[in-house]
Amino acid sequence: MNASNIQVLVIGAGPAGLAAARAARARGASVTLLDSSDQLGGQFWRHLPPERPSAEERMLHHGWATFRELSETLEADDGCQIFRGAQVWAIERSPERVDGTAVGLPGAVHVVVGEPDGVGRQRLALRPNAIVLATGAHDRTLPFPGWDLPGVFTGGAAQALAKGERLAVGRRVVVAGAGPFLLPVAAALATTGATVLGVFEANRAAALVRGWLPNPWELVGAANKGTELAGYLAGHLRHRIPYRLGRAVVAAHGSDRVESVTIASVAADWAPIPGTEQRIEVDAVCVSHGFTPRLELAIAAGCALTADRFVKVDDGQGTSVSSVFAAGEITGIGGVDLALAEGRVAGHVAAGGTASDRELRQDRRRRRTFRGFAARLEAAHGIRSGWPGMLTDGTIVCRCEEVSFSALCGAAESTGSRSLRSLKLSTRVGLGICQGRVCGRTVEELLGRRLVGGLGDGVTADRRPIAAPIRLGELAADPVADVATSGVDEFDQRNSESTRGPT
Amino acid sequence: MTNNVIIVGAGIIGAACARALAVAGVEVTVIDRGTVAGGTSAACEGNLLISDKGPGHELVLAQYASTLWKHTVAELAEQLGDTFPSVEYDPKGGLVVATTVTGAGPLLSFAAGQRGAGVDAWTIDADEARRLEPDLGPAVEAAVYYPEDAQVQPTIATEALMASARLHGARVLENTPVLGPIHDSAGALVGVRIPSGELRAGRVLVAAGPWSGQVANLLGVYLPVRPRRGELLVTTRMRHRIFHKVYDADYVGAVGSDDGALQTSSVVESTASGTVLIGSSRQQVGFDSSLRVDALSEIAAKAIRLFPFLADVAVMRSYGGFRPFMPDHLPVIGEDPRMPGLWHATGHEGAGIGLSLATAVLIRDLMLGIIPPIDASPYSASRASLAPHLVDVA
Amino acid sequence: MGPRLFPFGVDPIRPEPTTPLTIILDGVPVAGVAGQSVAGVILAGGTLGFRRTSVHGTPRGVFCGIGICYDCLVEVNGRRDVRACQRRATEGDVVTTQHDALPPGGAAA
Ligand SMILES: Cc1cc2nc3c(=O)[nH]c(=O)nc-3n(C[C@H](O)[C@H](O)[C@H](O)COP(=O)(O)OP(=O)(O)OC[C@H]3O[C@@H](n4cnc5c(N)ncnc54)[C@H](O)[C@@H]3O)c2cc1C
Ligand SMILES: Cc1cc2nc3c(=O)[nH]c(=O)nc-3n(C[C@H](O)[C@H](O)[C@H](O)COP(=O)(O)OP(=O)(O)OC[C@H]3O[C@@H](n4cnc5c(N)ncnc54)[C@H](O)[C@@H]3O)c2cc1C
Ligand code: FES
Repeated sequence: MNASNIQVLVIGAGPAGLAAARAARARGASVTLLDSSDQLGGQFWRHLPPERPSAEERMLHHGWATFRELSETLEADDGCQIFRGAQVWAIERSPERVDGTAVGLPGAVHVVVGEPDGVGRQRLALRPNAIVLATGAHDRTLPFPGWDLPGVFTGGAAQALAKGERLAVGRRVVVAGAGPFLLPVAAALATTGATVLGVFEANRAAALVRGWLPNPWELVGAANKGTELAGYLAGHLRHRIPYRLGRAVVAAHGSDRVESVTIASVAADWAPIPGTEQRIEVDAVCVSHGFTPRLELAIAAGCALTADRFVKVDDGQGTSVSSVFAAGEITGIGGVDLALAEGRVAGHVAAGGTASDRELRQDRRRRRTFRGFAARLEAAHGIRSGWPGMLTDGTIVCRCEEVSFSALCGAAESTGSRSLRSLKLSTRVGLGICQGRVCGRTVEELLGRRLVGGLGDGVTADRRPIAAPIRLGELAADPVADVATSGVDEFDQRNSESTRGPT
Repeated sequence: MTNNVIIVGAGIIGAACARALAVAGVEVTVIDRGTVAGGTSAACEGNLLISDKGPGHELVLAQYASTLWKHTVAELAEQLGDTFPSVEYDPKGGLVVATTVTGAGPLLSFAAGQRGAGVDAWTIDADEARRLEPDLGPAVEAAVYYPEDAQVQPTIATEALMASARLHGARVLENTPVLGPIHDSAGALVGVRIPSGELRAGRVLVAAGPWSGQVANLLGVYLPVRPRRGELLVTTRMRHRIFHKVYDADYVGAVGSDDGALQTSSVVESTASGTVLIGSSRQQVGFDSSLRVDALSEIAAKAIRLFPFLADVAVMRSYGGFRPFMPDHLPVIGEDPRMPGLWHATGHEGAGIGLSLATAVLIRDLMLGIIPPIDASPYSASRASLAPHLVDVA
Repeated sequence: MGPRLFPFGVDPIRPEPTTPLTIILDGVPVAGVAGQSVAGVILAGGTLGFRRTSVHGTPRGVFCGIGICYDCLVEVNGRRDVRACQRRATEGDVVTTQHDALPPGGAAA
């Protein structure tokens, strides 16, 4: 097919999606780019709304110039149609292979366009020739006693509110968990007027050294990343934020909001070490232990996953489903530069190019470098097996359905069940409105570990055929099939106020 | 004949049969290629319905089953103790509403027929219907209330029946698929091959739900059980505003139909966790489990016709499974006349949860040579209505 | 103590003056700034917990801040189940906190 006849649908307008849209346009394909947010940029380039212009906003961002260049070019390009406030809520798949994966391009991509969680949003059913999935990741927080108190946030929440609204989630804040992401979180808090009392990384120096040092020369290739981290560290020194290794927030306390936290030393496997507890008064605590890819659309489309549960891609970022591509955090957690490189390859190949094309040479090299970087990050900062040592009987594991650790264990024990589906239905764990996004993997691990031989039904918490809630009235309405005649464009303009939401 | 049985399938039918047989002292081994409650019994609703069944053999089985549920639930609770999750048995009653003038007549005559067969079916007017369900929409042309309709949480019911079976000595082998039959020299079935070797028993009972046709085939006979896909919607949690099981009268038409194409009918009810469950579609698409937006759309539209307030309510999840469909709309319960040693308890279509306890009693009594409390011959594999379907035409 | 908007006068990113807006939270006016999310306005107004859970009736508010956890659900202008962190506040929005009791005899997990 001639590239100009190819319609590429890019889902997600973070770094990966923006880069993909741009690369597909460069090859002449017509592009539809959509995101549930009313702003481009994804998690990394979340920024202030147009109502709040600021002369030096770039100070809050890394690679701000890259973002402005990408977004402004796409916005000015008639061949790229952009839908903001466009939530993909379902993808219908093509017929299955025996192994449950899909053969070809999915049936239709179903979208609602309008205010986030609105009523009567416009329904679209899109049937492009190629799809680039760039849905990113969200942070993962392990449960601990008191994590359900108001005032306990994920690192992402602190980051998003700081970048998107200039709001500090507290005045006296502790940042804890694992991974290099804790540093930008602390920096964002500090530059938004909060006092960061400390950053507590559960892994110890030995793990960090093992993870970082085997191939230090690779870091040279990952220069941008190095600089970025160095920048954060320098920022920390400037703000005098203590950075402690081998410590964790093991409990949050307060009656109806967090008033203090307990910090303890943890062993190499993250099991808290008794007798090392120390209590700190705080008005907010931000805890993240890594990222979970947003896989529901990829799974709905029938894409195969890797053993460590990312979307499996080939050299051209193609998934196991022909004409469906994936880029960014859903293929592996590797940061913005990897997302950009993968996005460019995905967009180029989706628009009819091949992975070995000359123009992708630099991207292929960067991709290799940053994937190595990502692997070392995981080795250094990954979740260790002793973390359930933080749990008490009453610790809430599933926030939506308020299922406690002891209720979960009790049901597993009394039923003797080894089926995740059955245990979900008998305890309601993971059945709430977040559909197990927050607790799913935690529950799989807790149950898998307790049940001899692991879970036996092959069910995972990542499957969500309905990717986001949709009102019954919207579901009952007929979708518009063709973007060109959808009228959503005008709708978007007309309702630009009401279709905006700060995802 | 030796006093032991292999049950293939650990859904609610296998679990109920395992329990009944184990309690009677039979040595039971249940095998499942997956886990207990990993199939249809964890992908359905838990309606124990009288209301959707017209006079006939399925109704007789359902009426008998409804006499068993209450005390079985009490027995299970007593035996399994407080730590076992509740099976959420709730005899909340069903309300069937005709939302069109053309639907009213058939509903009322259907109910009249049911009353003749001993069903409690109260024809009520629109005002009375609204007293039962204040949020019903304006389209109430006729309504019938069925106090005998009840529900359970089907997955927990399956787990509870199986846990009880285990306590009575049943053995359960998970992740153990049937690979093939073991026959004696006379051609009788005396066991099955499984990955770890052979499993022998005097009888093999197929209770593999929609996969029973495949399992029967592996064992050497043709059985016309086909999957009939069903999808459901689950809303977000809300204030309690739906108090009974509420159906659109066209439910009655869809259940008895042979049509393979998409059909939907609205069944709306609140769950114990505060969500509302909205079912369901019926469609023959093989074992294709992919989401069908057109089916969900239709279900949504019909639910809104019953309860207009639902239009603004958000759906957070959909799920679905495969009903074990039989061409003559009756389950097969009993020994297969074509192969001694082979037994069936399957083909319950959209009523296997409700019918499970009654099915188990029939299987137990037939195996033990006792005369069952209801006539088992209508469900026999040698019944006349099934004969034309037992020839493999595919 | 608690969340607050960075006073724009001292913010090094040199913001232009903001446009004030007011939303009504459970009948009480709360001041915010145009372009903020409903959650942002509520937090900056000093309220951290603005939903009560169904099983234990405990308070919840913003957790993930990016639309993943659904802990921040509120009713906005009569429509339920709106993620406060995803919805931009508009002048005069009537925001009501949600608490959905379980049905009688409902499952307490
Ligand atoms: C809250 C948060 C803050 C982060 N901050 C940093 C940081 O400061 N520094 C750093 O190095 N890394 C950060 N990360 C890691 C970050 O995810 C990556 O560096 C980078 O943003 C990944 O780019 P991406 O394009 O793969 O995904 P994202 O940037 O996550 O973009 C994915 C986009 O897809 C959209 N989307 C997802 N599902 C749907 C759907 N169903 N329908 C429509 N749209 C959809 C989302 O709205 C989102 O805009 C952060 C991550 C999170 C979660
Ligand atoms: C959407 C929907 C809604 C429904 N609503 C209701 C309702 O409200 N009320 C009601 O009464 N019924 C309802 N039903 C019907 C009910 O779910 C079924 O009739 C019932 O669950 C069937 O139970 P089963 O034990 O026969 O099958 P299953 O629960 O499917 O169990 C069969 C088992 O056999 C195993 N198996 C398959 N092949 C093999 C093999 N080769 N070797 C070993 N094991 C194997 C499977 O792993 C499975 O665990 C509904 C069904 C659906 C799909
Ligand atoms: S805070 Fe998680 S969805 Fe709003």
